[in-house]
Amino acid sequence: MKSQQALQPGRVQIEGQRLIISGAWILQHYQHLRAEVVAAQRGVAQAGGAEVGRSIDLGGVVALDTAGAAVLIDLLGQDWLEQSDTLAQDLAPERRRLLQTVAATMSDSLIQTQRRAPLLLMFLAGVGQRTQAVLRQQWQLFGFTGLTLATMVATLVRPRSWRITSMVAHIHQTGPNAVPIVALLTFLVGAVVAFLGATVLQDFGATIYTVNLVAFAFLREFGVLLAAILLAGRTASAFTAQIGSMKANEEIDAIRTLGMDPIEVLVLPRVMAMCVTLPALTFIGMLSGIAGGALVCVASLDISLFQFVSIIKRDITLTHFVVGIVKAPVFAGVIAVIGCLEGFKVSGSAQSVGEHTTSSVVQSIFMVILLDAIAALFFMQMGW
Amino acid sequence: MTKVGALAADAIEPLIRVRNLVNRFGSNVVHESLDLDLYPGEILAVVGGSGTGKSVLLRSIVGLLRPSAGSVLIFGEDLLQLPSEERANVERRFGVLFQRGALFSSLNLQENVALPLIEHAGLPRADAEYLGRLKLALAGLPPEAALKYPAELSGGMIKRAALARALALDPEILFLDEPTAGLDPIGAAAFDQLILTLRDALEISVFLVTHDLDTLYSICDRVAVLAQRRVLVAASLDEVAATDDPWVQEYFHGPRGRAAQTAVAAKDA
Repeated sequence: MKSQQALQPGRVQIEGQRLIISGAWILQHYQHLRAEVVAAQRGVAQAGGAEVGRSIDLGGVVALDTAGAAVLIDLLGQDWLEQSDTLAQDLAPERRRLLQTVAATMSDSLIQTQRRAPLLLMFLAGVGQRTQAVLRQQWQLFGFTGLTLATMVATLVRPRSWRITSMVAHIHQTGPNAVPIVALLTFLVGAVVAFLGATVLQDFGATIYTVNLVAFAFLREFGVLLAAILLAGRTASAFTAQIGSMKANEEIDAIRTLGMDPIEVLVLPRVMAMCVTLPALTFIGMLSGIAGGALVCVASLDISLFQFVSIIKRDITLTHFVVGIVKAPVFAGVIAVIGCLEGFKVSGSAQSVGEHTTSSVVQSIFMVILLDAIAALFFMQMGW
Repeated sequence: MTKVGALAADAIEPLIRVRNLVNRFGSNVVHESLDLDLYPGEILAVVGGSGTGKSVLLRSIVGLLRPSAGSVLIFGEDLLQLPSEERANVERRFGVLFQRGALFSSLNLQENVALPLIEHAGLPRADAEYLGRLKLALAGLPPEAALKYPAELSGGMIKRAALARALALDPEILFLDEPTAGLDPIGAAAFDQLILTLRDALEISVFLVTHDLDTLYSICDRVAVLAQRRVLVAASLDEVAATDDPWVQEYFHGPRGRAAQTAVAAKDA
């Protein structure tokens, strides 16, 4: 086929009453061939129709496949093909047979027993196996993250392979439906934080600082953390189940043998979608949490809304917001990558889909909290 | 029918060359020093008892499984050594029909077949779907099937649709994993004839994993018997049937084997 790509694409020439058909009539040149045939049909009509095309020279056809045959049949017509045994003497018999085969379809329109080991040994073996499994899982996660990043970079330079539709579909599935639950949850946690703060700060006569506490907590930590944990539960599990059942149905294998990259087709759109969704939900979570705090301040702490807002304007710098929101894409990437990786680990059974779905939620929540703790230490040390 | 057959063994460069293949899963050795060739234009059937690694062999040849040792060359290239771009170029030169079809459940049939055309041939969707419907018709499906989803189809239709997808890019080699398993005998016979017709018309080579004796007798040029972790014998049907091995004797001369043989003999006469 490599050599075929170098072949001259198919041509149709009209010489007097003869149609001269030559070149490679293959899939690679499909659109060119279609255009060529349309032009030839127009040419035949102009040159007087019926008489032209009685005599057809197919000797120059160097390559022919089913796609090319389909186009050629459009040009030659079914009637001509029925007589092709006598008319197309210059065409090799197997190519004639191919034309006839394609023409014929076109006319139809279109287990193991276990020895019980001593209890202590089994316990030790269990600990060893689990440790090994955890280490292997982390190793796989690093590898898979690297693979995803490498594929992402490779895809960035080829805009033709950007899967915008798929990405938008995933944004739609992961984003809007999560807004009510994120908003409600952060609103309630905001109110709780305000109450806690007020109770402790009252003893020092510093109730007014409840405002700072709520704003600090939600801009820096709670907004992004709560949104990320919710998405880890909602979306990582969904990704695992989707990819897992595709795996069980050999669909991933099919993607591979069709010469496509499962990372590019399945993982990248999900990761990119999450990188859009989570920052948006984080922003909603921050606003909603602060609103929850504001409600408590106004309703039971004798702080007016105006006071609340002016304290925030006076004391809270943009840095706090930035420190919170920059974590969102990172968490999004981690959640999506874990969700997809667990999906790829699914093996056949429905049982396996369940196990890996659970595992992906637990892992992604763990990783989000771990990364958040590391980030908090880092930002504190930096004095941001 | 034996257009190429066993006599070509020395003269023609094989499309697939498997040498000293070893496949091991934990302590379970599936293949050990396995050799096999596929020559241009032939229909090669791989037979063997359950668990002898027929599907594993197919998966190692198409590059879905990394063998523990040995070499697998397809079109003279080792898929697992190639950079991904070149690997994709080789992959689009063969088509695989999976045992259970492996159709994409979220796409209808014409989209299933059109997908590789859109991805690799760069065709606009309308053209690709037209060609998709053509391939579906070529695989013997009625026109109204094109808009159905895999879940709505019978096993036989799924096999046909999967065949159409395997044929989408006009491959040079077709891999079929038990194409007639789960089909009724009439459907199976029609499928055999379809493979034969496509082989003759499209000049493809066929690598076929099967249990179906009727398929062996009616369409195969050469038969390779997998037993004792290797290819016991790969030759024409008569030679294989004459091989002195208990499994082969049982397989070809057991009641089902004899029935298939007489059926073919009766048809020929």
